Amino acid sequence: MSTAISKKAGTTEGSAWRELVGREEFGVVVILLAMVIFLTLYTDTFFTSTNIFNILRAFSWIAIAAFGQCMVIITGGIDLSTGSVMSLSGLASAMLLTAGVSVPVSVIGGLLAGLLAGLLNGLMITKGNLPPFIATLGTLLMARGLCYGLTGGWPVRKLAQGFRDLGQYDIPIAGLAVPLPLIFMLTFFALSAIFLQRTVWGYRIYAVGGNETATALSGISTNRVKLMVYSLSGFLAAVGGVLMTARLGVAAPTAADGYELDVIAAVFVGGTSVTGGEGTILGVLMGAAIMQVLRNGLVLTGVSAYWLQAVLGLVIVVAIMLDQLRKRGR
Amino acid sequence: MNEPDFILRMEGISKAFPGVQALDDVDFELATGEVVALVGENGAGKSTLMKILSGAYRKDTGRIFLHGEEVDIESPHHAQHLGISIIYQEFNLTPNQTAAANIFIAREPRPRGLGRVLNFVDRRRMERDAQEHLERVGARVPATALIRDLSVAQQQMVEVAKALAVDARIIIMDEPTSALGEDEVETLFEIVATLKEQGIAIIFITHRLEEVFRIADRVTVLRDGRRVGGMPIGEATPEGIIHLMVGRELMDMFRKEEAEIGEPLLEVQGLTRRGVVEDVSFTLRQGEILGFAGLVGAGRTETARLLFGADRKDVGTVYIEGKPLEVNSPVDAVSAGLGLVPEDRGKQGLVLLLPVLENIVLPTLDNHAHSGWVDRRATRRTARDYVDKLNIRTPPHLRQRAKFLSGGNQQKVVLAKWLASQPKVLILDEPTRGIDVGAKAEVHALMSQLAQAGMGIIMISSELPEILGMSDRVLVMSEGRVAAILDRDEATQEIIMAYASGEINDHTVNTNMRSEGTAA
Repeated sequence: MSTAISKKAGTTEGSAWRELVGREEFGVVVILLAMVIFLTLYTDTFFTSTNIFNILRAFSWIAIAAFGQCMVIITGGIDLSTGSVMSLSGLASAMLLTAGVSVPVSVIGGLLAGLLAGLLNGLMITKGNLPPFIATLGTLLMARGLCYGLTGGWPVRKLAQGFRDLGQYDIPIAGLAVPLPLIFMLTFFALSAIFLQRTVWGYRIYAVGGNETATALSGISTNRVKLMVYSLSGFLAAVGGVLMTARLGVAAPTAADGYELDVIAAVFVGGTSVTGGEGTILGVLMGAAIMQVLRNGLVLTGVSAYWLQAVLGLVIVVAIMLDQLRKRGR
Repeated sequence: MNEPDFILRMEGISKAFPGVQALDDVDFELATGEVVALVGENGAGKSTLMKILSGAYRKDTGRIFLHGEEVDIESPHHAQHLGISIIYQEFNLTPNQTAAANIFIAREPRPRGLGRVLNFVDRRRMERDAQEHLERVGARVPATALIRDLSVAQQQMVEVAKALAVDARIIIMDEPTSALGEDEVETLFEIVATLKEQGIAIIFITHRLEEVFRIADRVTVLRDGRRVGGMPIGEATPEGIIHLMVGRELMDMFRKEEAEIGEPLLEVQGLTRRGVVEDVSFTLRQGEILGFAGLVGAGRTETARLLFGADRKDVGTVYIEGKPLEVNSPVDAVSAGLGLVPEDRGKQGLVLLLPVLENIVLPTLDNHAHSGWVDRRATRRTARDYVDKLNIRTPPHLRQRAKFLSGGNQQKVVLAKWLASQPKVLILDEPTRGIDVGAKAEVHALMSQLAQAGMGIIMISSELPEILGMSDRVLVMSEGRVAAILDRDEATQEIIMAYASGEINDHTVNTNMRSEGTAA
């Protein structure tokens, strides 16, 4: 009896700590901090503003695309077309630019291409009753094929400076040269997080992924929710794709090949549930950061680039395994 | 009775699940070549007893004797080994494999020589043997046919052949006729007769009393986990069996308080989804609780789903407050003022991963938002309000995930989410199933208050005392149709049970009720 009482007391005392540990992002934040501390101590080059900004710039478009992917995965789906859509929308902007269209209109054209690709995914899944894996696999191939077909396989070069600035310009803030893509990433981070946490749509996205039957029986059109998340995923992939193209200054039909896997990995490493219903934008941001810090850290610590993929794969599997253990422990 | 003849004797079997004594000191016996009908209401313990016999559950206490020798049945596999096979309502067949492969599943014959080492299957022998077993059942089914191409009755024959292939001496059939057409039932009875001749003993679970008198040699009746009667069929009468099945005293249950019965709220005419719900008509008035009684599978839940737009109806008209209502999805139903508390709160009622707060405001998000932005203070106020009103036990921050609540509190959360939407008509499907006595009384009191406030309530329940205690009128369904609509004072457990099991089929009562309903 006395042990039961003391146990109970312990629970209430530790509840704040428990709540912190129980938060979905806790694991990833710890891993990211550990990596940053280790690399700061172990190398002289890691914790410099140039290197940090390099990392942040390098994963900004992956992170933006991952915000959309995260919403899709929370509803219990998957979007495999992200890489191809990034490429297609960058290419669309580039082709409009070379056709003499102004920079803002070209950017809007690129974003529209991504939105349409996402809408197509959504329609195939809701109206066409296709499993998300199949529908978005189809779009992956169609969008990539469109890139090759439109360009005959040649990259589109000589993009207007105004467009390239979107990816290449650094804004001086407090004596630091802050890359513009980082600003975009933080903006979309805030927008996505607010969208998921504060709007009716966000509530419904979690509900659909948590229990589609119960949500439908609550009088919510689950198809409309799905149509929207796939469209958003296409749109955010396009934002990433346009930024990436601006940074590189060239739109190659092979660009962003396989990026969907990096994006999906960032979402899962960020603690999003594989079965849907759980996940946060902050977690995804951390997940994307971990992946990029890892790449950067391996280079700085002199590990051969050939080992990079193997280590990334290991980290993804271990991160998700730890997350599962944590959930089971609850 | 001369004991040595019994192939099976079960003595003093008890089994408890958390919160329920499913079986309490039950005896059961079976002779070689005998057909025993096992009857009882939903939840009387029939399935539990058979699951213990077939090794799916372990008994808490009691002894089982096979051929006079005590056995301890450890697993379904062990039961099979002992010659006990069970055929569930839901068949255990793999649709994309042949009948032969299913009959010999996990026991496929092996060829000699190298093929044996490589784990090959001797397909020719398997198909030949399977065909033999099928013929013993009298089934004209080729062993090479794929299960998915067979009718339900043929699939059932494959199940029986599968039992024969493992040398079953006792075959348990769990409501084998519920999915069959009339002709197919005849074929099944012929099969049962054939098996009997071969000395196989059969336990036949059914809700249909006429079947009991058709094929059983003896009948055993369970009620509330106890054996309340057993007799040779010659000594049994339908009325006697029904009385045994329901003959419990009406427990001290909550009774609906008087509420003013007002204008008709919901009028349903000829609602039909072919093969599931046929020509259902009724009227629900303000302040009224209309109980839906019937056996499992009688079409009560299905009727509720049609009303709510969860399934598509084929024919039928629904009026709400006199206006025609076209419901194509739950979205339409909710905006027309309907609410549905579904029978399975975990799978259909709640998003278990989400906190209590989100679950409560889910159907009413739009009322808690300004141009898409959720007003978090308003959601908290609503959730707080209903948590207090319904006495839901959950931490005050409302962030606890629904899955960590007890059954009763979960059910109250489902109720809360619909109360927050202020429906005109609330459909409750088994509102107190699996919740403790205290929570049950609270739910009943709440229903009473809602009726007094003018809400119309449809309550589907498999518990007759609940139906009798809470309903102003009782609609009894049987085989997808309305068997009767009874007024509170004419409804008794016996009458309801008689209508539900198809023992009385008073079509005149039925039509009268319907025309009255339409005129109202």
